[in-house]
Amino acid sequence: MRRVFSILIVLGLILFFVNSLSILPEYGKVKLSKVSSAYINKSVNGNSEKVKFGESKDLEDGSANVVTSIVVNYRSFDTLGEVTVLFTSALGVGLILHGYKRKKYGRQPNFILRISVGILLPLILLFGAYIFIHGHLTPGGGFPGGTIIAAGILLLYLSNEEYDLSKASKFVESTAGSLYVIVGLTGLAISGIFLLNFLPTGVVGNLFSAGIVPIVYILIGFKVGAELSGIIADLHREEG
Amino acid sequence: MTIVIIFVGILMIISAIYAVEAKKMLDSFISLSLLSLLSVFLFVIMKAPDVAITEAAVGAGLTTAVLILALQRVGGDGK
Repeated sequence: MRRVFSILIVLGLILFFVNSLSILPEYGKVKLSKVSSAYINKSVNGNSEKVKFGESKDLEDGSANVVTSIVVNYRSFDTLGEVTVLFTSALGVGLILHGYKRKKYGRQPNFILRISVGILLPLILLFGAYIFIHGHLTPGGGFPGGTIIAAGILLLYLSNEEYDLSKASKFVESTAGSLYVIVGLTGLAISGIFLLNFLPTGVVGNLFSAGIVPIVYILIGFKVGAELSGIIADLHREEG
Repeated sequence: MTIVIIFVGILMIISAIYAVEAKKMLDSFISLSLLSLLSVFLFVIMKAPDVAITEAAVGAGLTTAVLILALQRVGGDGK
């Protein structure tokens, strides 16, 4: 009986999704709005056209990656909320698993694991840092870069049980989160808008461009990496 | 190209159903990871590299690790 009901529910959901897909415009034939057409037609050659909407202070210039520009310029408050959600979930994991002492296994991990972690870990950290430093130029940004760094730190935990980075990760996380809010408050103090892009924006395609977008993404990268590695450290700790 | 996309989509559906129906918890984690990898392929084809990087890092890498660590804490498969 349960199976019949679940099949009925799945069929209803499939009907709902097919109906809602038929509302969408055809693939590649979307009527662009003003903001999205301005973003998509932007060139990366250096002599891009100036785009100005109302009172915005070169908001669209400087970042070649459209998604980054939308996420950090237009919806930066939304990004702050996402970071807060991640912080709250990490806090929940930490509260549930609080108080367990770390147990030593007393055995060395595999030889191949130890040596390959020594070779791979710098490359993984470098790749994560590249992804969040170049977040305004190439695909990527703070969240994927931080996750890649946390995956590298997971390898570090697996290869050697001596490491305990939970204190350092909490420090980095709190510092980066506070700095993000301070950057927003600086925009509020300078121009009266929270999280405003107050720095001068350079030529599209250069590393030093897009105002506060690279700074914010570097902070988000550190914060996300520290938070996720904190979750891994909490879960990896054995009760004893 | 359309045939490839449809094939990958069918594989995704099969791995999702297997993730629900698998007897062992570890098998369903591995099949969830496979689902994430196949969706990374689809995201790359549909020209969304941002989402593809995030899905590869979060879905295929970290979620599997966190789920396996949580399974280890709970104490193996709950039968």
